[in-house]
Amino acid sequence: MTRLREDASARQARLREDASARQARLRADASAGQARLREDASAGQRETAVRLEHVTKSFGDRRVLDDVSFEIPKARAFCLLGRSGTGKSVTLRHIIGLVRPDRGRVLVEGRDITVLRPRELSTVRKRMGFLFQNAALFDSMTVGDNVAFPLRRHTDLPEAAIQERVRAKLADVGLEHEAEKMPADLSGGMRKRAGLARAMALDPSILLVDEPSAGLDPITSAEIDELLVQRKREGTTLVVVTHNIPSARVVGDELALLHDGHIVARGSVADLEASTDPLVQAFMRSEGGG
Amino acid sequence: MWIADRGWRIVDRTGTGVLDTLASVGAVAGFGGRFFVDAVRPPYEVNEIVRHIYQFGSRSAPLIATSGVAIGVVLSMHTRATLQRFGAEALIPSGLAVALVRETGPLTAALLVAGRVGAGIGAEVGAMRVTEQIDALEANAVDAYKYLAVTRIIALMIAMPLLTVLMDFAGIFGGYVAEAVASGMPWPLYFERSFLYLGYSDFVPATIKTVVFGYLIAVVSTYLGFTTTRGTEGVGEASTRSVVLSSILIILSDVILVKIIFFFYPQVAG
Repeated sequence: MTRLREDASARQARLREDASARQARLRADASAGQARLREDASAGQRETAVRLEHVTKSFGDRRVLDDVSFEIPKARAFCLLGRSGTGKSVTLRHIIGLVRPDRGRVLVEGRDITVLRPRELSTVRKRMGFLFQNAALFDSMTVGDNVAFPLRRHTDLPEAAIQERVRAKLADVGLEHEAEKMPADLSGGMRKRAGLARAMALDPSILLVDEPSAGLDPITSAEIDELLVQRKREGTTLVVVTHNIPSARVVGDELALLHDGHIVARGSVADLEASTDPLVQAFMRSEGGG
Repeated sequence: MWIADRGWRIVDRTGTGVLDTLASVGAVAGFGGRFFVDAVRPPYEVNEIVRHIYQFGSRSAPLIATSGVAIGVVLSMHTRATLQRFGAEALIPSGLAVALVRETGPLTAALLVAGRVGAGIGAEVGAMRVTEQIDALEANAVDAYKYLAVTRIIALMIAMPLLTVLMDFAGIFGGYVAEAVASGMPWPLYFERSFLYLGYSDFVPATIKTVVFGYLIAVVSTYLGFTTTRGTEGVGEASTRSVVLSSILIILSDVILVKIIFFFYPQVAG
């Protein structure tokens, strides 16, 4: 009986050591990636579009983000990976100011949006586009009106020019013939694409995209990836939340893996593929889309 | 010991309930108070306001008109039964009109609108909350409170008196129908007698008080919509609670508003 208890406590001690060693290794990987980025930034290679500094956020008793820090240079694509419920979407919501952190700062193009007044925050948001996980199209408007919405609100363009731009944005996502349909008449994938067209309507300098491939067939998914890459080439900063590793490989200049509220790995696709961490390996080897 | 423990738990639960209720009242008051600040700040969203006035009017007008006629018929029958005893049937049109315009019309119209429009606003805004459309408005640099709440509150504050006037006239018409069947009174005579004792002080304050009813219905419904959680179930709950809370607030505020009307128009109090 005593020997059994000793065996059990020895096993628990071993497990604790394994876990702490793994945590230390993950943190070391992440810090190495972050140090590299800091070097890049200090070398003045690129201006920073988005920077999170020690962001911590809890909902009730549950801490979703715990001291998360990263920065994204302008015109680069940053892919945030992680299992469901690890705080990826919450991170995106922090960047556009829909959620305020309990601690830490969120800087967008140099402005700390956590302390901005509503009107100033609106000005910052006009330079950003957001594709929601479930598209969040306004269901009382047609698809065309959804895409025209930000243009009518924030530009002085004549209606003919707005309609022209709506047609172009819908054509970009392959929905040029669906402008008159209501969102309820579209499939999940089509709604997602319409949401992306709306997010791009004002040609934002920062595009936040939550699960762009979810619900899309592989061909359309590849087309959306290509569209995102093209936006990046035109100078748009992309922050993409995805489970789709093939898509992250195509779009992302930099990948980060969020786990238990921490960024546990960060770097280029090659960096993460070379990681010895089992969690990172498991993620990078998965080929499943959406 | 057991009794003390149980008693303590009852006190604890009651205290928590009271605190929660006070917190909710404070939250609704804050939500409604913000309206007075945001309503005067541009942009004024005129198109949205006009769209909502049309929507609320078209949603409620048939219900208000039908109910008004029915209430007029019923009130006329009751009034006839009472006044007949005193040989004062000639006073039926004016008695009915005064009762309708002063209290029955505004209160019934407000309760019907709370059921029809309040439930609709609660469900619509609640659905927008759970499908992230409110977040999408904010992400598109649009003040969701101004766009969704302020526009609906202004629209209902405008629509409510108009619907009340409709209710009043439908009730008077219903009274005429009942009277025509009972005594064969012609329309011109009925119409003339209806307005015989009806003065400015009967009509204007009673109709204007429905602006407050409109404000209360819209504030409560949009607040419950904005704070909806738990998906579809939450949307249903927001819709139901909108009707219940608005109705209670309408009846309670009516007591205060009638007192205020009596203060400013003592002749109405008789």
